[in-house]
Amino acid sequence: MRRIISVLVENAPGALSRVVGLFSQRGYNIETLTVAPTEDPTLSRLTLTTIGDDHKIEQITKHLNKLIDVVKLVDLSEGAHIERELMLIKVKASGAQRAEVKRCVDIFRGQIVDVTSTLYTIQITGAADKLDAFVQAVGDAAILEVVRTGVSGISRGEKVLSL
Amino acid sequence: MLIRSLRDEGVECIFGYPGGAALHIYDAIFRQQDVKHILVRHEQAATHAADAYSRATGRVGTVLVTSGPGATNAITGIATAYMDSIPMVVISGQVVSERIGEDAFQETDMVGVSRPIVKHSFMVKHASEIPDLVKKAYYIASTGRPGPVVIDVPKDITAPNETFPYEYPERVKIRSYTPATRGHSGQIKKAVQLLMEAKRPVIYAGGGVILGNGCDLLTELARMLNYPVTNTLMGLGAYPGSDRQFLGMLGMHGTFEANTAMHHSDVILAVGARFDDRVTNTVSKFCPSAKIIHIDVDPASISKTVAADVPIVGAVDSVLTDMLALVKESGEKPDGEAIAAWWKQIDEWRERHGIYTKSRYRTDGDKIMPQDVIKTLYEVTKGDAYVTSDVGQHQMFAAQYYLFDKPRRWINSGGLGTMGFGLPAAMGCQVADKDAVVACVTGEGSIQMCIQELSTCAQYHLPVKIICLNNQALGMVKQWQDMQYDSRYSESLYEDSLPDFVKLAEAYGHVGMKVTKKEELKAKMEECFALTDRVVFMDISVDSTEHVYPMHVAPNGSMRDMWLSKTERT
Ligand SMILES: Cc1cc2nc3c(=O)[nH]c(=O)nc-3n(C[C@H](O)[C@H](O)[C@H](O)COP(=O)(O)OP(=O)(O)OC[C@H]3O[C@@H](n4cnc5c(N)ncnc54)[C@H](O)[C@@H]3O)c2cc1C
Ligand SMILES: Cc1ncc(C[n+]2csc(CCOP(=O)(O)OP(=O)(O)O)c2C)c(N)n1
Ligand SMILES: [Mg+2]
Repeated sequence: MRRIISVLVENAPGALSRVVGLFSQRGYNIETLTVAPTEDPTLSRLTLTTIGDDHKIEQITKHLNKLIDVVKLVDLSEGAHIERELMLIKVKASGAQRAEVKRCVDIFRGQIVDVTSTLYTIQITGAADKLDAFVQAVGDAAILEVVRTGVSGISRGEKVLSL
Repeated sequence: MLIRSLRDEGVECIFGYPGGAALHIYDAIFRQQDVKHILVRHEQAATHAADAYSRATGRVGTVLVTSGPGATNAITGIATAYMDSIPMVVISGQVVSERIGEDAFQETDMVGVSRPIVKHSFMVKHASEIPDLVKKAYYIASTGRPGPVVIDVPKDITAPNETFPYEYPERVKIRSYTPATRGHSGQIKKAVQLLMEAKRPVIYAGGGVILGNGCDLLTELARMLNYPVTNTLMGLGAYPGSDRQFLGMLGMHGTFEANTAMHHSDVILAVGARFDDRVTNTVSKFCPSAKIIHIDVDPASISKTVAADVPIVGAVDSVLTDMLALVKESGEKPDGEAIAAWWKQIDEWRERHGIYTKSRYRTDGDKIMPQDVIKTLYEVTKGDAYVTSDVGQHQMFAAQYYLFDKPRRWINSGGLGTMGFGLPAAMGCQVADKDAVVACVTGEGSIQMCIQELSTCAQYHLPVKIICLNNQALGMVKQWQDMQYDSRYSESLYEDSLPDFVKLAEAYGHVGMKVTKKEELKAKMEECFALTDRVVFMDISVDSTEHVYPMHVAPNGSMRDMWLSKTERT
């Protein structure tokens, strides 16, 4: 099962390499990884998605917790949560294709953020599966370049991940 | 500032080796008296010696090495300590801050290279941080599940051009690090209940009991309940080895009675043990009818390979204290009848195939049997020596036949299985206790991996005794080749290239002894240990065809599936 794990780590040199190293060392895979500082400059927030059964996920969270630089973590997929990813994608758009692509962007509530006579650069946000669906809708043949930020997430309701 | 911090931390002794990036630190060592330094002959030995110093005393071992090759030479020793959860602080010199990342002379990214084998590491960015980082390093190394911590110190940091007010912190607080102490009281209650209802219980105790100083408590609990106890290789000494309730070691080379009792048990109390693959054999066939109580300070150890029915995260001393109190308070007694029947069954197993009720190896030949060497060592040292070991058959024989009644006497590399550990480890024990009797049980293969330390022993008058079980082969490898590769001895023999160990010992100024005859073994061993102030190298020719038994049948075997000799299987 796919999981979204959100981690508060010390904003210290080497902290990220310890997290990433843990995954390669123990043979866990990382699907996506995002990191950025938080409102508290001493902390970074790291969101990663990974795939594994309950036993594996339990080991992953235990080992992450063991890292001295990890302050707190939560498996967002255990409760209601909001998941977002941003994608920038360049697609061929000339002749009849242009209107077709435009329609597709509207359906997915994306935005065209740059244009040339032959292509569109499109921005889309949403859960990862929505971005996957867009990529499929446009079709491989039309796609020139794709860049995705990886998932970030937050829990719904009152729950917060903080010190 | 660094050395002063170490002194204030209570460090008495550093094992190390100098070099460019560490020279300022070495100069500071020269100009003080409080912290002693032992100059080894290879940085690997510094780490093993500091590691053994820690195992023998419970204090944190300290290592100092220079950058680049000094740091990388220390890696094997750091990994060894990491695998066995040994508290250790390794200080490595680093090139000056400005040069980091430029492939400067003797630059290695020590924090990066050591990352997977340390509990934590620090790179010092500013001289003023030193006292605080040293305090944190010792705190992290020694608390929770212990482990090695690296402090990488760029050279410029050790000769700053400003001065700072020095203050060694009394306490540390790390917001992201709160090791478990007390166990959950509800879980402890459940565990006690399960224990009291047990009909075929086994206490499976590991290295964590020694690391967490829980041996007396464990012994008290086991005696109170009259339950059988088995120890892992790392746990030997956690429960008195010569006690009637002790079943011997369990696992791949564990005793028949320990492994069989585990297999048939209905309740297992696992304490400070991590269900290693050398213990469990095939996990899916592990102890089919047992409910498992697992006490461990590291949540990641619990249900890692074998799922626990009653997990208890906490330090052994605290949890066992709580358990004992509960047992006493409840006034309940175990099921006497069931336990008596269980002991009857266990005694029958002991009688049938136990290695302590009868010699299960050939005793009629004229070759010296390796088992007899260990038995003689046990007699001559009255079971009270520090015994360090290398890795191989000799290690298993030592584990099986030297009965450790006290913790911290059996010092070996279990998790990593590092050949070369034994001699430097013996030095570490001797440094920790200069009057102690220290024996290094080794093989002619392993001893050659750190043989240069004979020189260190000479310099610091460390009169360790080297008991070399010379079987003219990488015996453990050869045993596997016998059992699984039709005796094709690929690269496990030396073709008459072994050195004359007696002359070698003498070259270093030590005493060398060669023993080839069965009849002279005991007398020579006594002679060896009578030379209390000398290093003695006993080169003992043992039967080179002997195998270690029992041995788990693998792959696909369960705990009770064992080879008992070359021809006999359970
Ligand atoms: C050639 C060879 C053969 C071997 N054969 C065998 C064999 O037959 N049998 C065998 O048992 N081993 C054998 N080993 C060793 C094996 O590889 C493991 O090292 C060993 O089994 C691990 O022992 P342990 O479970 O006691 O764990 P350790 O490695 O000692 O780990 C200690 C555990 O205790 C926990 N702990 C630490 N401090 C505390 C505390 N204060 N409170 C609570 N918990 C704590 C830790 O978190 C950890 O989980 C062999 C090794 C070699 C090299
Ligand atoms: C550094 C290292 N290299 C290789 C091994 C693999 N290994 C395990 S036991 C062994 C043979 C050890 O030979 P010796 O020291 O003579 O002991 P014996 O088994 O003969 O008693 C080897 C090569 C190891 N454990 N450590
Ligand atoms: Mg050998």
